[in-house]
Amino acid sequence: MINRSPYISDAPSVGQIMRKVLYALVPGIAAYVYVYGGGILVTLALATATALIAEAVMLKIRRRAVAPFLGDYSAVLTAWLLALAIPPLSPWWVIVVGTLFAIVIAKQLYGGLGYNPFNPAMVGYAVLLISFPVIMTKWPAALSLAQTPLGFVDQLQYIFAGLLPQDVKLDAITSATPLDYVKTELLLKHDLSSISQAPIFGALGGKGGELVTGAYLLGGLYLWQQKIITWHLPAAFLGALAAMSGIFWLVNPAHFSSPTFHLFAGASMLGAFFIITDPVSGPTTPWAKIWFGAGVAMITYLIRVYGGYPDGVAFAVIFMNICVPLLDANTQPRVFGHLK
Amino acid sequence: MNALVNLTKLLNSAKEIFPFHGGVHPPENKAQSTQLPIGHLQLPAKIVLPLRQHVGNVPKITVKVGDYVLKGQLIAEAEGTVSAAIHATTSGTIAAIDEQIIPHPSGLGDRCITITPDGKDAWIAKNPQDWRNTERKDLVASLRLSGIVGLGGATFPTHIKLRADGKSGVHTLIINAAECEPYITCDDMLMRERALEVVQGIAIAQHLLGAERVIIGIEDNKPEAAAAMQAAVAGTTNIQNMQVKVVPTLYPSGDARRLVHLLLGTEIPHDKRTTEMGLQVFNVATVLALHRYFDFGEPSLSRIVSMTGNVQQPQNFEVLFGTPLSHLVQAAGGAKANTSHFVMGGPMMGFALPTDDVPITKAANCIIAASPHLFAPPKPAMPCIRCARCADACPVNLQPQDLYWFAKADNFEKARDYKLFDCIECGACSYVCPSDIPLVQYYRYAKSEIIATDKAKEAADLARERNDARLVRIEREKQERAQKHADRAEAGKLAAAKLAAEKAAQMDSNVATSEDATKVAKQAAIAAAIERAKAAKAAAANNAPAEVSPNVQAEIAEIDARRAKLGMVGKTETEQENIGISKPLSIDGFETNITSKPLSIEKTAAAPSADAEKQAKIAAAIARAKAAKAAADAEKLKE
Repeated sequence: MINRSPYISDAPSVGQIMRKVLYALVPGIAAYVYVYGGGILVTLALATATALIAEAVMLKIRRRAVAPFLGDYSAVLTAWLLALAIPPLSPWWVIVVGTLFAIVIAKQLYGGLGYNPFNPAMVGYAVLLISFPVIMTKWPAALSLAQTPLGFVDQLQYIFAGLLPQDVKLDAITSATPLDYVKTELLLKHDLSSISQAPIFGALGGKGGELVTGAYLLGGLYLWQQKIITWHLPAAFLGALAAMSGIFWLVNPAHFSSPTFHLFAGASMLGAFFIITDPVSGPTTPWAKIWFGAGVAMITYLIRVYGGYPDGVAFAVIFMNICVPLLDANTQPRVFGHLK
Repeated sequence: MNALVNLTKLLNSAKEIFPFHGGVHPPENKAQSTQLPIGHLQLPAKIVLPLRQHVGNVPKITVKVGDYVLKGQLIAEAEGTVSAAIHATTSGTIAAIDEQIIPHPSGLGDRCITITPDGKDAWIAKNPQDWRNTERKDLVASLRLSGIVGLGGATFPTHIKLRADGKSGVHTLIINAAECEPYITCDDMLMRERALEVVQGIAIAQHLLGAERVIIGIEDNKPEAAAAMQAAVAGTTNIQNMQVKVVPTLYPSGDARRLVHLLLGTEIPHDKRTTEMGLQVFNVATVLALHRYFDFGEPSLSRIVSMTGNVQQPQNFEVLFGTPLSHLVQAAGGAKANTSHFVMGGPMMGFALPTDDVPITKAANCIIAASPHLFAPPKPAMPCIRCARCADACPVNLQPQDLYWFAKADNFEKARDYKLFDCIECGACSYVCPSDIPLVQYYRYAKSEIIATDKAKEAADLARERNDARLVRIEREKQERAQKHADRAEAGKLAAAKLAAEKAAQMDSNVATSEDATKVAKQAAIAAAIERAKAAKAAAANNAPAEVSPNVQAEIAEIDARRAKLGMVGKTETEQENIGISKPLSIDGFETNITSKPLSIEKTAAAPSADAEKQAKIAAAIARAKAAKAAADAEKLKE
C-alpha cells in the first residue's frame, strides 16, 4: 500500500491555466480586430491549426499520449502569441513556418511541455524576423489611418494569395510602426517633438496600437487577479522599462522617447503579461523573476534605441531564458529555520 | 499594578500573529463530525494492543498468554529511554501475543497483545499523585509508567520531553490546539466538552516544565473551543500566565515550528529543538492525559477519535486503545456503500489503512471513511510547468519544483543542498500542483535514498579501512616470508660450512690451530642454534594458537643465529627472551596503528580468526547505523 497523501487537491489543471491565459488575450484580440481588421482571426486560426497538428504529429513520433497534451492548450497559446506578434497581413506560409518552428523545434524536440528552455513563440518569432525581415517589419496601418482600408475578404485574399484589390499598392495599406518610425526619423537627425507629430502617434503609443496594448494590460491584470501570474515579472519588466526610458528621456527628451511611449508601443504589454510570464522557460523564485523582468526590459530598450530592430522583446526574452538557471540558483529564498 | 502591566502586555501580544510563508486552506469538512457530542463505545469483543504505538523502542512484555489483567494494568514496560509503556485498556484475559496487522503506512504486521475482555471493565487500584508537592524528578520518573505519548499524531513518549532531573530551561509552554488538518475535530470537541480538565492538565505540564507562561494556540475555525478554553482559563484560580491565542485557519499551522512562529514570531533554527529555544509544545489531548494520570491515577488508555467521512453519522468517540476499527465504524452508523477504504489521520498527511480490522492506537486522531467521491483517485501526472505554485504554498519556503526535479533525476546531493531534509511532508505543494505531481512521494523517495546512501557510504568506509588493513597485513606477511626464505638459505650455507669444517678436522687434525678450533666451535654453536630454532618452529606449528607466533619464533631463531655468530652462546635464556621480545612488541604496535580507526572492537577481534573479526566489524557497523538512525528519528520527532 502506497502512502499517497495528500488525498485532496485544489489546483487548476495545466489546461485550465492555459485556457485562462487564452481568455485574457481576448480583449487584446478584440481591440486588434477593431484596429487592424478581421484578418488576425484568420491568422490565429491558421496558427492554431498548424500548432495542434504539429504537436499531435510530434507526440505520435515521440510515442507520447496525444490527447492529454493537446488538451493542455499550451500549443494553442504558443500559436496565439506568435500570431499576435507578427504583422497581421503576412502571407499564410509565414505564420505556418513560424508556428512549426516554435512547436517542433523549440518545444517538442526539447522534450515537449515543461522541458523547453526557450519561449517557443519567441523562438518562432526570432526565426521569422531573421529569415524574412521585410515581411516581418511591414505592419499594416491602422484601418483609420490607411488610405484604402482593406475589408475582411480583401485581407483574406492578401494572406492566402498575396492579392491586393485593384489600384491598391502595398504601401497604401502599410506604414512604419511608431517604434520603427522614431528610429528612422532620428537617424535622419529629426527632432522627437516634430517626429511625434506624425499621424501614426496616439496619446500614449502608436495610434490604434495603444488601444491593443491597453487591452493586453487589462487581460494581464485579469491574470494577476486570477493568480495565474504573480506581480513580479510584469512589475519588474514595466518598472525597469519605465525607469530606463525615463532616465534617457529626462536627459535628452529631444532624442529619447518618453516612458509612456515605451510602455504602450510595440510588444511591451504583450511581453510583460503574456510572454515573459511563460512559466516553463522563465524563472521561479521571486527575486529571479524580478531580475528576469528587469533584464528583458533593459535589453528590449537597448535594442529599440540602439539595435538593428525596431522592437527587441523577442531577443531579450531568449537571452534572458539562457540566464534562468543562473538567476534561480542565485536567488534561492531563505528556508525556514536557516537564519542568516 | 505590576501584574496588571504584565497582563496588558500579555493581552496585546495575544492579538499579534506572526504569519509563516505559504500554507493552504483546504475545505475544512469539520462540521460533519461536530454535530454530536463525544460518544462512548461499548466494550469490543477483543482488544488488540500493538507494542509499537509510539516513536522509539518496543516495550518489554510483562504478561503471558492466559494471564488475567485488570484495566490500567501494565502489560508492557518502557524499554530504554525512548519508549512508552502499554496498559490493559480493559479487564480480561490475555488471549494472544502474536503478529497482527497494525495501522501503519506499510500495511505490515507487528507484535500485538490481544485481550479478551471479561466485560467487567474492572480497574486496577488507582494511584493519584499530589503533583504540586512532589519532586519534579519523581513526577518525570512516574510519567515513564504512564504510557502517555504525544497524542497530536507524533506519538513521541511524553516523559522524553521532560528532563529526568526535573530541571528545564523552558520558559514558555505552547499548547497545540490548532488542529489544522481538514476533517479532524477530536481536539475541537475535547476542548468544547472538557476545557476545565484540559486547563488542569496544562497546569501540570506547566509545573513539570517550570514554564513561566502558557500560550494555547487555536485556529479561528473553532470559535466554540476557543471560547470554552478562554472561559476555563478565566474560571480556574490556581493558574498563572495562561492565555488563549486564536490564529488564522491556515494549514499547516499545527506543525510545531509553524505554530511557534505564529504565536511568538520565533523561528526555530533547523538544527535546534524547541526546548533549546526555551519552548516546549504539547498537544491539547496530551495534557488532558497528564491530568487523568496525575490527578486520577489513570494511565493512557483511550483517546478521542474523529470517525468521519463516508459514514452514516460522523462523530467523535472516546475510544479505548486496541478497539478494532470495525467496531468504531459500526458506532458511527456504519460505512456507506461506496466506501473504498479507510484513511488514518487527515487528508493531507494521513495514510490508507490496509483493512478495517486494525486496532485504534495512540496515534489515531482521525479515521476517514474514503470513497472515490470524497478523495478522487489521483490523476495522471503531467510534466512540471515550473509555475512555482508549490513554492508559494510551501510553509518551509523551499523550492518544491527544484526538489522535484532533483529527486526525479536522482540528483540527491543537489536535493540535499536545496534543504530537502527541512521538508515536513505536509503535502501543501501537491495540493496546489496543476500537474498533479505526487511531490511528497518524490521527496520521501529522495530522503530514503539519501539515508540509504549515507549508510552504504559508512559501510564502504569501513570496508575500505578493513581492506587497507588487509593490504598492510599481506605486505607484512610477504616480508616475513621473504625473511624466512633468507634464513633458510643462510642456514643451508652454514650447514655446508660446518660439514666442511668437520671433514677438515677429521682429515687434518694435526694442522688444526687454536684459531681453527675457535672457528669450529663457533660454527657448531651456530648449527646448534639453528637446530633449536627449527625445533621451536616445529613446536609452534604444532601448537596452533601459540602464545608466540611462528613469525616471532623465526625472529628469535634469527637472533639466536646472530648471537651464535657473535659468540654470545653462553648467555642465559632470560636474556635471549628479552632480546627476542622487542620485535614482537613492535609488531603489536603496528597492529594497533593500522586498526586504531574502527575502535575497540578491532583490538579485541585481532586475535581470533579473520572471519570473526569481519563479523564483529559488521555487527558494530550495523549497531552504529541503527543508533544513528534512532538518534535522527528521535531528533526529528522530538517536537
